Amino acid sequence: MIGRAAKHRDSALWIAAMVHRISGLALAIFLPLHFLALGLALESEARLESFLRWSDQPLVKAAEIALVFLFTVHLLGGLRILVIENFDWRDGQKQLATLAAALSAIVAFAFLVRVF
Amino acid sequence: MTTELSVSLWRGAQNGRYETYRVPQRQSQTVLDVVTFVQRHIDPTLSYRFACRVGVCGSCAMTVNGKPRWTCRTHIAKVASGGKLEIGPLANLPVIKDLATDMQPFFEKWQQAEGAFAPTKTRHDAISQIRPDTPARKAADAAIECINCGVCYAACDTVRWNADYLGPAALTRAWTLVNDERDGGNIARLQAIAGAGGCHACHSHQSCQELCPQALNPTAAIAGLKRRTAAAYLKGEIKI
Amino acid sequence: MNVRLYLWQRATAAVMAPLVVVHIAVIFYATRHGMSAADILSRTRGSIAWAAFYGLFVFAVSIHASIGVRNVLSEWTPLNERRVDACAVFFGFALAVLGLRAVAAVVLT
Repeated sequence: MIGRAAKHRDSALWIAAMVHRISGLALAIFLPLHFLALGLALESEARLESFLRWSDQPLVKAAEIALVFLFTVHLLGGLRILVIENFDWRDGQKQLATLAAALSAIVAFAFLVRVF
Repeated sequence: MTTELSVSLWRGAQNGRYETYRVPQRQSQTVLDVVTFVQRHIDPTLSYRFACRVGVCGSCAMTVNGKPRWTCRTHIAKVASGGKLEIGPLANLPVIKDLATDMQPFFEKWQQAEGAFAPTKTRHDAISQIRPDTPARKAADAAIECINCGVCYAACDTVRWNADYLGPAALTRAWTLVNDERDGGNIARLQAIAGAGGCHACHSHQSCQELCPQALNPTAAIAGLKRRTAAAYLKGEIKI
Repeated sequence: MNVRLYLWQRATAAVMAPLVVVHIAVIFYATRHGMSAADILSRTRGSIAWAAFYGLFVFAVSIHASIGVRNVLSEWTPLNERRVDACAVFFGFALAVLGLRAVAAVVLT
């Protein structure tokens, strides 16, 4: 393979695109599990309740915090793309991408404060 | 005593290797100067491309420390940290030899994107009055100065991941023609860029826009094409 | 990716944007109040509003995520186009079935 990893890949926008893709993949993997968990209510309310109690443990809560971050960053990154694709060009894309990540971190932190 | 640069150059074709050369560092030296020094004073078998040497032709584009750039416009002082430099051929194109790539796929995609003007008038018709301040002409003018250097194509990850993808340069040229009121080939053009490998493959990484030496914005042009193809598709003017 | 898949993916994204905001609010509400299964189900059971909301969400995400996954498979794996299409369609259907089942689980009395 010619050359090492291209240096432009430390650009904020390239990172934003990767975060968008990885977060999408993570959510796509998570979603069937989420649906299966909710589907436990078909068995009984008690079954769902015991699952919710299982999910109270710190490791699961940490994963949920990560998911909240990924969910929010995927939404905000996606909105940025929708704006690029449907409205006139605006400069400042790097700043918008960084803002999206920062807001997502704030939301995830707010969630962390709630659960711990 | 002159400082020396340690310069790794790609030698060979697709299966080659980097070879290192020691090149004296000079003031205001460019990467092209360094490559030229190696070919003239150390190894005359080194193959590379250049033409104008002054940043107007785009022939000298190579990968410098991982980034595609015009080597005649890249000062050593800006890129050789610790006196080291790695220079390879442009990415995403077949390597002919050493630092020279085969630009044919790049130009074939240009054609596939219908990047050629489709005239609607003859010499016997009145000349079209093109106002420079209409939104369409402004959009075309903002995208027209492409000199086909291949930097955007080499920088684009989607080109790397998707062999069908027409790439930023071809699509930007299509955009200028879509905005040209004299052009009569828009349905065919929009059809050509609406399928696999067309403008919708673009993920807006914007490497093209960040690295274009002519300060063009293929991301914006492609976004415009996404809107135009979507409208044409919804109106039934083009099909999948 | 082509114009048709692009339109479906972007349209479902636009539809889901407000749904996602509401869902995040729901997540925060449920966590703050430490809601149990009983608390949640007492609100969702028999609710046409929640059924419609999450039903729409499930349809939209099944389309959106399957097209996204299709792109990733197409660009990052050596699978050919037919295989990629098949995986994406399968994934979309799986999400729709599991998702509607989950909605039914919390909404049906």
